[in-house]
Amino acid sequence: MSTTLVRGARLLGDRQGDLLIRDGLIVEVGPGLSEVGAEVIDATGLVALPGLVDLHTHLREPGREDAETVASGTAAAALGGFTAVHAMANTDPVADTAGVVEQVWRLGQAAGHCQVRPVGAVTVGLAGERLAELGAMASSAAGVRVFSDDGHCVSDAVLMRRALEYVKAFGGVIAQHAQEPRLTEGAQMNEGELSGVLGLRGWPAVAEEAIIARDVLLAAHVGSRLHICHVSTAGSVEIIRWAKSKGWDVTAEVSPHHLLLTDELAASYDPVFKVNPPLRGKADVAALREALADGTIDAVATDHAPHPVEDKDCEWDAAAFGMLGLQTALSVVQEAMVETGLLDWAGVADRMSTRPARIGALAGQGEGLVPGAAANLVLVDPSVRARVDPDTMASLSRNTPYAGMVLPGRVVTTLLHGRATVRDGVLQ
Amino acid sequence: MNRHLLSIDDLSRDEATHVLDTAAELAHLLDDTDRAVRKLPTLRGRTVVNLFFEDSTRTRISFEAAAKRLSADVINFSAKGSSVSKGESLKDTALTLEAMGADAVVVRHPASGAPHRLAYSGWTRSSVVNAGDGTHEHPTQALLDAFTMRRHLGPPDRPGALDGRRVAIVGDILHSRVARSNVLLLDKLGAAVTLVAPPTLLPVGVGSWPCQTSYDLDAVLPACDVVMMLRVQRERMNAAYFPSAREYSRRYGLDAPRLGMLAEHALVMHPGPMNRGLEISAVAADSPRSTIVEQVANGVSVRMAVLYLLLGGAQ
Ligand SMILES: [Zn+2]
Repeated sequence: MSTTLVRGARLLGDRQGDLLIRDGLIVEVGPGLSEVGAEVIDATGLVALPGLVDLHTHLREPGREDAETVASGTAAAALGGFTAVHAMANTDPVADTAGVVEQVWRLGQAAGHCQVRPVGAVTVGLAGERLAELGAMASSAAGVRVFSDDGHCVSDAVLMRRALEYVKAFGGVIAQHAQEPRLTEGAQMNEGELSGVLGLRGWPAVAEEAIIARDVLLAAHVGSRLHICHVSTAGSVEIIRWAKSKGWDVTAEVSPHHLLLTDELAASYDPVFKVNPPLRGKADVAALREALADGTIDAVATDHAPHPVEDKDCEWDAAAFGMLGLQTALSVVQEAMVETGLLDWAGVADRMSTRPARIGALAGQGEGLVPGAAANLVLVDPSVRARVDPDTMASLSRNTPYAGMVLPGRVVTTLLHGRATVRDGVLQ
Repeated sequence: MNRHLLSIDDLSRDEATHVLDTAAELAHLLDDTDRAVRKLPTLRGRTVVNLFFEDSTRTRISFEAAAKRLSADVINFSAKGSSVSKGESLKDTALTLEAMGADAVVVRHPASGAPHRLAYSGWTRSSVVNAGDGTHEHPTQALLDAFTMRRHLGPPDRPGALDGRRVAIVGDILHSRVARSNVLLLDKLGAAVTLVAPPTLLPVGVGSWPCQTSYDLDAVLPACDVVMMLRVQRERMNAAYFPSAREYSRRYGLDAPRLGMLAEHALVMHPGPMNRGLEISAVAADSPRSTIVEQVANGVSVRMAVLYLLLGGAQ
C-alpha cells in the first residue's frame, strides 16, 4: 500500500490544500491532512493540476526511431506534465490495424512515463481511399477511440461521412486534419501579404475553413461526433462557434504554437518555423486565444512533431513540417493564456486535461483533483521564467521553435496513478 | 554595403545608386582598357563560386564574365540533380565551399530563401549573392534593368535619375522573382511601377506592395516610359491561371498594335528567355526600342559592380 501526501499545493491555482493519494487514487482533499507513513511531497507555492492529456502527439515509432521513440516521446510528455498522450497514426507502418495500435500501446506501457493511447488511421495507409478496420482497433487491447488520418485530410466527402457514421457503434470520434488538398498543393506558409513577398507558396485559410464547414454539416447530418485538429484561423473559429450554437457535437483543439507564434517568423526562412497548418497572422492568434478562453475551442493539443536535424537543416521548401511541443506546451499556454488574464489555472486544467480526456473517451484521465479520481496530477511552479534550451529536451529531436525564448512555468512533479514520473523536474 | 546581396531590401537608395554608378564606371574603364586584356586587377587572388542548383546558362555566364573581368578565380559548381531534391546538399555544398575558401558565392536555387539560408545558417563565411531564388528575388537582374533604364531615360541634367518615370511590368507576377526585385528597386529609385497581369497571376497581398496594379494592358501602355514583359510558361494554363496561350497573348501580349500605343521614347524590356509569340511578338522584341540585347551586356557591368563592392570595396 503506497501512500503519498502532497502538501500545501494551490489546487487548480486557487485555494491551498493537501492531497492524500493511496494506491493510485486521490482519497482525500483538503487543508491540514496528515497520514502516518506517507511519503510527503512539499508543494508549497506550486500549482496542482490534473495530469495533462494530449490529443495529438507524433511519437514516430514504429518507423522513424531516429526522430522519436515511444519511450523518448513519453519521457518528454511526462516532463511536460502529461499523464496521457494520443499517439498519431502516421507511423511506418501506419497505425491502421489492431496489430500496429497494440504494438504502440505496449511500447507505451513498457516505457511507463505516461499512458499511451494510439490513434487509429481512418483509411488504410492514410491513403484516403477505403476505411481501415476501425472496429478491430477499437476492440483491441489499445482500446482506440480517436481516429485520424492526421497529416492528410479525409477530403472525400463520402468517405468522411461513412467514417463519422461508422465509429458511432463504439463511441469513437473522427479527428479531422482540415486541409483541402487541391488548394494547398505545394503550400509552404500562410497565404497572405508575407507569402507573396517571400515567394513561398501560400496555404490559404479557406483551405482549412472549407473542410471544417463541410464536416460540421456532415456531422450534424448524420448525428455524429466530430473533432477538429489544430484549428489555426479566425474563420475556423467562427464556423466552430456557429456549429456549437446549433448544438452539434463538434469539438476542436488548438496547438500551443498557434497561440503564440505568427507567420512573420517565416521571414527568417528557418524551417524550424515550418508547420502544418502554418503559423498565421496576429488576428488569427487573437481569435484562437479568445476561442480557447470562451470554450469554443475545447482543448490544447501539442501536435508534437519531432524531426531529425537533416529534415530541418536545409532550405524551407525541402524541410519537413512540424515542431516539438510536449515539453513547452504548458509554458506556452501560461504565457499566452494565463499571463494575459484570458484563462485561470482551473481553465487550463479544463482545456488541457478534463476536456481532452473526455473527447478521447479516456477513462482514468482528466478526472480532476477530487476524492476517487485517479491520481494523475502535475505540480507546476508558475513563478519561474527560463530560457528554452533544445539540448536539455528529452525528445530525440531538437526542432523547437521556442529555442532561446524566455517562457514562464516549470513542471516540478508529475504523478501517474500516484507514482512520480517526474520529481524536481527530473524524469524518474 | 551589407556583406550579402540577397534581396533589393539589402540596399538603401544611396547604395543602389552607388552600385549603378560603379557599374557605369567599370563599363567605362573596360572600354578604355586594351581590348586584348579586358580585365581589371581588382579581385586578383579572390575566389568567386557560381553555385547553380537550377539551369541558367545566361546568368551563370554573366556572373562568370563579371568575376573574370575583375581577375577573380571562378569556380563553377552545378548542383542540379537528384540529390538536390532532398535539400540537405545545400548545407553539404556550403561546407565544401567553405573548405575551399570561397570569398563570394553566387547562388541560383529553385527554393525561395535558399541564399538566405546559405548566408545566415553559419555554414559558410562567404559573401552570398542571390542569382535568383525560387519565386522570391533576383536582385542583380533588377539592378541591370535599372541600369539599362537609366542609360536611356535619365534627364541630361541628372543622368541616372528615374524619379517619376513610369514602368509597367507585365505578365506572370505571381511566379516572378524578377518582378519582386524590380518593384522594390524601382520604388527606391523613385519610379512609379504598375504591375499588369490577369488577377490569377498577381500574388495575394500585392495591394501592399509599393506599386499599382492593373488588369488592363491597353489602359497602361500609353503613359509608360518602360514596358517590361515577363516570360510566361505555357504550363501555367494547365493550372488554370489562364485558359489558353492564345487568349493570354491576345490580352497581355506585346503585339504590333500595342507596340504602336507606346510613347516615342518608351523602352521595351524583357529579362529573357523570351517566348516569342506568347508574351512578346517578334516585331516588339526586335524593334529599335527594344533593349533586350543591351540588357545582357549591362548585366556583366552590374554584376562586376556588385562583386567589386561586396569583395573589393570591403578591403
Ligand atoms: Zn495535422
